[in-house]
Amino acid sequence: MKTFKVEMQDVHKSFGSKHVLRGVNLEVKKGESLVIVGGSGTGKSVTIKTILGLIKADSGKILIDGKDITKASGKERDELLGSCGMLFQGGALFDSMTVWENVAFGLTQGQKMSKKKAYPIAIEKLKAVGLSEDIAQQYPAELSGGMQKRVSLARAIASHPDIIFFDEPTTGLDPIMADVINNLIRKTVKELGATAISITHDMASVRKIADSVAMIYEGKIIWHGPIEKLENSGNEYVDQFIHGKEDGPIRF
Amino acid sequence: MKFILNICQRLGARLLDFFEVMGRLILFALTALKDVLLPPYYPRLIGSQLINIGYYSLTVVGLTALFSGMVLALQSYTGFARFNAESAIANVVVLSITRELAPVLAGLMVAGRIGASIAAEIATMRVTEQIDAMSTLKVNPFQYLIAPRVLAGTIMLPFLVFIADIIGVFGGFLVAVYVLDFNAFAYIQQTWEFVEFIDVASGLVKAAVFGFIITLMGCYCGYYSGRGAQGVGSATTNAVVSASILILISNYLLSQVFFS
Repeated sequence: MKTFKVEMQDVHKSFGSKHVLRGVNLEVKKGESLVIVGGSGTGKSVTIKTILGLIKADSGKILIDGKDITKASGKERDELLGSCGMLFQGGALFDSMTVWENVAFGLTQGQKMSKKKAYPIAIEKLKAVGLSEDIAQQYPAELSGGMQKRVSLARAIASHPDIIFFDEPTTGLDPIMADVINNLIRKTVKELGATAISITHDMASVRKIADSVAMIYEGKIIWHGPIEKLENSGNEYVDQFIHGKEDGPIRF
Repeated sequence: MKFILNICQRLGARLLDFFEVMGRLILFALTALKDVLLPPYYPRLIGSQLINIGYYSLTVVGLTALFSGMVLALQSYTGFARFNAESAIANVVVLSITRELAPVLAGLMVAGRIGASIAAEIATMRVTEQIDAMSTLKVNPFQYLIAPRVLAGTIMLPFLVFIADIIGVFGGFLVAVYVLDFNAFAYIQQTWEFVEFIDVASGLVKAAVFGFIITLMGCYCGYYSGRGAQGVGSATTNAVVSASILILISNYLLSQVFFS
């Protein structure tokens, strides 16, 4: 049997009386770039945060490389998740640290690498996302939104993750900067040979970065297929979403 | 009948909430303690917290102690003069300052200064997903953010209170000698004769407990903060209010343990 890089089986999660995930089933192949689309509040963010272990699922299985992380011991889980990186929606840069310290954070604090050794790696990663060494000593608050996203991307790839998660990577950016970020995502994921799982509701971004697309609606994956089939999915929910129509089965 | 059932239901729900919060807080405290004791340690972070909590609180704690000692001497004079017991002022000042006033007032002032800033900082990090980002970069937020603060608070408060003891007694001395015309030498002698080791030591133990409570509540309220600016605001308020109340309650319990 073929094992997937990431697999979710019947994952449920509630917050109080709000049942957010109602049995999510999802498979992601190694090296594939999956994009999860869906409206606001349908459980996109919660889905990827349960894979990362930031939110604990109530029930169901989450397998990384065939191993169930919900049942793994602390150390084993750390190892499995050790290969994950994430680009957060707002960037989530540490505002008390300079840009290069942010990029090197996982190396200096997580892996206890010396600052001297980590600095050139941080600069190299900044260059990989199209930023120069000049901004290394600046603080995140001094940068524009697009630059913050790029620094955040540099930080996410600094420790060579196997799986990278992108949470709304283009939200809040102008269309050109969004395209820059999309290209960077495509490029870095390819260079790392990583598996990528993104969530977005930006269709331009989907067409650019996805190998396959999954649509989540009311806490379930209602459609999952390759990007080529997105336009002819035969699913009226997907059609309504990708064409951004008010009329259709999805009600707000 | 329905009315009574309604009341019971609400009471029950409140009670369940209360136990849930207590359980979460106790687990949080135990995890924090574990991470204070076990590696990895972050000496630089601990150092900067020691300076932030200790050094930068000196002014506010010193002023509080000074004026408390002064007003204590003044008030006990007006009270004791009625019984011709003015000579007990030195005694009253030194015992009240070292046993109660210095630890409690310093604790409350630091709760306002440090508890609030810790809660605001950690809550902001929570709201902007910086804490989540930290986890994905393989750094445990408990070890990186919470343990250094809790450790620094528990270490620094006794130092602050020891300094407050000295300044507070000195404030009493100033008023007694310069306002009430006491003999300086006799006042110092009386102070020295009356004060015992346990008076100062009990105050310092209290201070360590208060330091733990202040930083723990700051971290806890920040860590479990709600969303947005409002979440940060209420985390700050909750941290200060809950720390202050816990300081007063534990102060009573500790006094009971030490002096009964």
